[in-house]
Amino acid sequence: MHLMDNCCDQCTHSAATPCPDYLLCRTTGPLCHESDACKEHIAAAITRVTYGDGDLRITVGMSTCGLAAGAQAVYDAVHALIQERGLPAKLVPVGCMGCCYAEVLLEIQRQGYPAAIYDHVDAQRVPPIVDAYLCGDVSGAFALRSKTGQLTGEAEVPLLSELEFFQGQVRDAIENCGVIDPTSIEEYLIHGGYQALTHVFQDLTPDAVIAEVAAAKLRGRGGAGFPTGLKWQLCRQAPADHKYVICNADEGDPGAFMNRLTAEGDPHKVLEGLIIAAYAIGASKGYIFVRAEKPLMAQRFQAAVAAARRYGLLGDAILASAFHLDVDVVLSAGAFVCGEETGMMAAIEGKRAMPRPRPPFPATQGLWHRPTTINNVETLAHVPRILAHGAAAFTRVGTPRSAGTKVYCLTGKIARTGAVEVPLGTTLRRVLFELGGGILAGKAFKAVQTGGPSGGCLPSQFLDLPLDYETLQAAGSIMGSGGIVVLDETTCIVDLARYFLTFTTAESCGKCTPCRDGLEQMLALLTRITEGEGRAGDLEQLQLLSETICDASLCALGRTAPNPVLTTLTHFRAEYEAHIHEKRCPAHVCAALVQGYHVVAARCIACGRCLPACPVAAIALRERPALPGDTGVRTAVIDAETCIKCGHCARICPVAAIEREW
Amino acid sequence: MSDIEVTIDGKTVHGKPGQTILQVAEAHGIHIPTLCHHPRLPVSGACRVCVVDVGRPDRLEAACSTPIQDGMTITTNSPRVRRSRRMTVALLLARAPVDAAPPEPPPPNAVRDLARDLGLDLDRLPFPPAGPRKPVDASSPVIVHDPNKCILCGRCISACNEVQNHRVLNLQHRGSRTVVIAGLGQLLLDSGCVSCGECVQLCPTGALTEKLPPEKERWWDRDPVTTTCPYCGVGCTLDLYVADGTIVNVRGNEAGVENRGSLCVKGRFGYDYVTSPDRLRTPLRRRGDHFEAIGWDDALQLAADKFMELKRTYGPDALAGLASAKCTNEENYLFQKLVRTCFGTNNVDHCARLCHAPTVVGLGHAFGSGAMTNSIHELLDADVILVTGSNTTENHPIIAMYMLQAVHTHSAQLLVADPRKIRLVDHAALWLNHRSGTDVALFNGLMHVILEDHAFDHAFIAARCENFDAFAASVKPYTPDVVAAITGVPAETIREAARLYASADKAAIVFSMGITQHTTGTDNVLALANLALLTGNVGRASTGVNPLRGHNNVQGACDVGALPDVYPGYQRVTDDGVRKRFEDAWGVALSPHVGLTETEIVDAASTGQIKGLYIMGENPLMSSPNLNHVKAALQRLDFLVVQDIFLSETAQVADLVLPGVSFAEKNGTFTNTARRIQRVRQAIPPLGASRPDWQILCHLAERMGYSMTYPTADAVMDEIARVTPIYGGVSYDRLEGAGLQWPCPDHHHPGTPYLHKDRFSRGKAVFTPVAYTPPAELPDAEYPYLLSTGRLLQHFHTGTLTRRVAALRTLVPECLVELNAQDMTDLKLADGDLVQVSSRRGALVAKVKQSEASPPGLVFIPFHFHEAPANCLTNDALDAQSKIPEFKVAAVRIEKLPVEAGDT
Repeated sequence: MHLMDNCCDQCTHSAATPCPDYLLCRTTGPLCHESDACKEHIAAAITRVTYGDGDLRITVGMSTCGLAAGAQAVYDAVHALIQERGLPAKLVPVGCMGCCYAEVLLEIQRQGYPAAIYDHVDAQRVPPIVDAYLCGDVSGAFALRSKTGQLTGEAEVPLLSELEFFQGQVRDAIENCGVIDPTSIEEYLIHGGYQALTHVFQDLTPDAVIAEVAAAKLRGRGGAGFPTGLKWQLCRQAPADHKYVICNADEGDPGAFMNRLTAEGDPHKVLEGLIIAAYAIGASKGYIFVRAEKPLMAQRFQAAVAAARRYGLLGDAILASAFHLDVDVVLSAGAFVCGEETGMMAAIEGKRAMPRPRPPFPATQGLWHRPTTINNVETLAHVPRILAHGAAAFTRVGTPRSAGTKVYCLTGKIARTGAVEVPLGTTLRRVLFELGGGILAGKAFKAVQTGGPSGGCLPSQFLDLPLDYETLQAAGSIMGSGGIVVLDETTCIVDLARYFLTFTTAESCGKCTPCRDGLEQMLALLTRITEGEGRAGDLEQLQLLSETICDASLCALGRTAPNPVLTTLTHFRAEYEAHIHEKRCPAHVCAALVQGYHVVAARCIACGRCLPACPVAAIALRERPALPGDTGVRTAVIDAETCIKCGHCARICPVAAIEREW
Repeated sequence: MSDIEVTIDGKTVHGKPGQTILQVAEAHGIHIPTLCHHPRLPVSGACRVCVVDVGRPDRLEAACSTPIQDGMTITTNSPRVRRSRRMTVALLLARAPVDAAPPEPPPPNAVRDLARDLGLDLDRLPFPPAGPRKPVDASSPVIVHDPNKCILCGRCISACNEVQNHRVLNLQHRGSRTVVIAGLGQLLLDSGCVSCGECVQLCPTGALTEKLPPEKERWWDRDPVTTTCPYCGVGCTLDLYVADGTIVNVRGNEAGVENRGSLCVKGRFGYDYVTSPDRLRTPLRRRGDHFEAIGWDDALQLAADKFMELKRTYGPDALAGLASAKCTNEENYLFQKLVRTCFGTNNVDHCARLCHAPTVVGLGHAFGSGAMTNSIHELLDADVILVTGSNTTENHPIIAMYMLQAVHTHSAQLLVADPRKIRLVDHAALWLNHRSGTDVALFNGLMHVILEDHAFDHAFIAARCENFDAFAASVKPYTPDVVAAITGVPAETIREAARLYASADKAAIVFSMGITQHTTGTDNVLALANLALLTGNVGRASTGVNPLRGHNNVQGACDVGALPDVYPGYQRVTDDGVRKRFEDAWGVALSPHVGLTETEIVDAASTGQIKGLYIMGENPLMSSPNLNHVKAALQRLDFLVVQDIFLSETAQVADLVLPGVSFAEKNGTFTNTARRIQRVRQAIPPLGASRPDWQILCHLAERMGYSMTYPTADAVMDEIARVTPIYGGVSYDRLEGAGLQWPCPDHHHPGTPYLHKDRFSRGKAVFTPVAYTPPAELPDAEYPYLLSTGRLLQHFHTGTLTRRVAALRTLVPECLVELNAQDMTDLKLADGDLVQVSSRRGALVAKVKQSEASPPGLVFIPFHFHEAPANCLTNDALDAQSKIPEFKVAAVRIEKLPVEAGDT
């Protein structure tokens, strides 16, 4: 019997004719008739979902990060091995459990035994790993989910929860990621999926749903932190013939991938949140607006919507209620501004994505002029837990104004890149240095950029900042979607600001003057400064432009775009001044500020490769005094007058004997 | 109290909910600068120069888009606001630098004006001009696009996409690379631009301008003369900019009631003809096969003597007059008065006979009035618009503009019934592509379905209509299957269309020549009237049966009596009481007999029954069907006087030619298709010795012994008002602004936006059973193709005016015969090949063009081109009731010609 098949003749509900308890019957046992035989049928079906017809479950992290690390080859190797050995195993592609730094991750579990997780797996390692595990040896594993003392080597392998990366994490939005098969609605169901929805339809009015979400103090995880309950309330109140709900999955910030990770690993959780949101506001149509550059996320959503439709969770009379909803997955047009809600609605309507003034706000006049609620992927992923377990469970962690957990993405010069989910209010220091493992290669911490290109750059004095919406704003940055880009001492702060402005200038939609033309002028100034052409007054001009762009831009993208410049001008002004007044790049990044090149005679082997490489013939070989222990008597020399500082010689030198002078 | 109280710059003021800060500030005399804002356009909020401080530390708000809220404190001119505006304008000046020392007075440029107001020093701007100069697009004969002056305010794009719905202009790229492009970044000429110039009118910086020759520049220096467009029946209000007796530029009047500033390519750019070297500047008298110039005294005396002599010899009914749908109401009134008093006959008609005679007969019969029932703007609020036999985008572009706005902005559903795939089809919910001439069958089919569905308006029919049962029985046989067989429209589509139309709360029918120019023209109109009555769609706003009139004043010419059977105001000449009143008013005895129609006048001339003919501003030798027959008839006349501004095809066969003037040289009124009487104002003096037509008529009447003296045109209107009840309340002082829509019986009446509100003009409306009959001539083995004629957007009527406009000539230089791809293949034709098209009545030679608008078997030829006069082919078979010829259906043969044949 498959999970969703009828257990016996007495059982009459199905996707076509569901009863309100349809899902509970399938997962937690028959409720409408007592039968031990049926309970056994269902228990067996649940086991079959996990292990297939055998007793072994092997999962491979096949999220975008895993695939980039070579997961497909690993998956294929496992598949081949199963075929070859006739292993009684179910092979499952799963999402990412957050530790992208350890991909490719392979997990093996035999029914009744602890699961072992292996990191940095490649195809060659697959047979020995599987062989060892099957022989009861887990030595060399990355982590274990539990320990029973049944397997060899358990003592040396840490529990997953003991890993520094996982300590202090509280998982809600991404709890199933890397665990369940994201393409299987059955796996989501046996992990408690759609139980919140069942509860909502059976027990709660739309107003009660909104009250629960409001009591949970859930705030928009897309960046602005608007109270979700209030957003739903406003939309519910707006009179209209149709209402819409949109899931904003147009994740575009450089350094932010929590939406992709969530959707790739557990799309049904987001869909369940979306259906609950639609029920609460009275929407009859939903859209999931996915960034086209994240095709796997789009594919996962499409499959989830199709599965939900198949199981009667979308369409007419969902779970025998009077509620009707259909959902479409829409691919974004590939512009940053598509993530801005009015731009997004224009895109869904088939127009060029350009923001329009608010008010009217989407809650009263959104998609096709009708009331519309727009929630971020992560926001919706928190909704099922709030409804299933109550607001109190959600507010147990977090700060008084910002309850619950937040997923942060760690990128840049950090030891452990990936996604962590921690209570709001966790300090930056804890996230970076405990979970994230500190700065890569033992370099010194310089700053973090939070909130993507619209956020700000915070130096070490903010490391003990408890991360939430208000504290970040007070520090001059924003939560944004939760991307944290870590910068070490080798980062030039002016170059960084220029990088973010390059992004926002290119991604400005072109509609309003301050953002379109003001950012371009800022970028021109920053470029000039990094090229050693900075002038007195440039910083004041940058400040003035920033203020106008923040004050006068049409949408939030424009109003926040100068943030990287404003915060770095505040915290790293000296570094700007060094570029402008001393023509010096303290981080040794800005190539135009290179003073010149010289040859370290002791290393030069006089191979002569640099001579023809120099485009201006500024290099020659000269006799040199013999040095102790060497054989050469010649060295390359660079004529500083002729040199144009292109650096080509240094790049081709086989012994790194040519060095830059700063 | 619904008012909202706000404080602006320390002043407490009140506004209405939903009003923006800008609206409230303007209402209280507080100036806030704007660039992208325009009252006709949707709120954009793009330029950000209207920012004001509403007390938010994190941002300023755009006054144009931010609604007021109770208790809001608004500062419009603080240092923070000024700093932001100065920075924004400085950024715009880097994008679109302005000439620091422009010619005086400088061309309009809102950014330069704003920079000056904000005290920016144009010589010391903070940002250098961005990037290299971009190429200027001067490909269009009428519009120049200079991207170097563009501030990307988006007004042109909104104008093109949301006002006119042409969807040609758009933004390309993002960020600072953003540019305004036409089509796919093509030259304007190749982009599908229809040259309406809406973008030019709304561009605040001169990035999009009219293409004007050097001598016509600096038009902005002049005060405009506001007048009414001389082309189609929409009646757009124009501002004429004039210098040295020449029109140097034209803009749509933003307060114009029908057009609200918008114009089409002809209305905006079509005025070269006014001062064309071809204009007649002196009277001409025929000497053998040529003309000689003569003085006015001689000309008028000759005309008077000759007409009086013919009257004495052959009787009054040997004389006739053709009035003009292009002339003013005053002139048409005087013309018919002259014919009726001096000639002593009712033989007066005009080209309305060739366009909407069936409308006048049909709607007159069904409702009691033959005019457009509703107002143009009401289309915006219709739920369903049924357009049939009207290629509206080409012939009434501004009405088409409202249709497209109704569809795209107000969610109306468009239902197009037309054999050709006209442009409107692209915007239609449903297209009924019935075979030419099967209109009655089609509409009877729709009504059959509505009756079958019981979707008709029982209450309306019971209360306000007669003869329902006989009508209902008459449509019984028209089942969808029967109608499908006749029309070629699938039965299911017929059902769908019927249900769509019947489902509307407000359904408007719009039609034109495609309905009327048939031997069944009157039946076609009656079928439409039945359809509207059946669903109760008459007598309410945004409903009705709305004929679109083709000429600027064809409605007015009818209204003031240029018709053989009625005096001004549709009062019958056969009614003794009416005639008595006119005899009293005009002081002469009048003929009690109905006169001849235009087509009958031509026939009577060919048989020698009509001896003398006076034609004012009409060109039957291009516009009438079966031209060879017309030419023979006119040549048989003893005396033909043609009064025109050009030596038209008809004038060329005249005995005497009198030079009238264009619309720009005289005062008067036109009545548009929606019964709106609007002023025409003199902008330039008459050319040469030409005279305003109304003065010529007075002078001629004097010479024939009848006194017609009026100091000015408004005195003529006063007389019209006295004798014409529907114009009873009209006087020039009341026409200032929006004009008046008749009926306007007295000086207190506000005019009538829609007819038949509580009562039909005839009391109850009447259903008229009509049966399908095929057209008079259908394709056969000898003449296998079906010919339909019509207009093009860029040209007007017989081309007399538009083909003298260089830009329009450039846009469409010659006649192209339009054929479907299948027919092109069958005939082994390629675009540009020469063909001879012949019918039983004549032949023409022209190039062919493949057009997907034409269905297989149907050939379309515009009738603007004298070199290839389409009407030499058309059939002069008449509709028995209205005497309109069947222009829209004729059988023709198409033969490919060797290329050399055309090189003569």
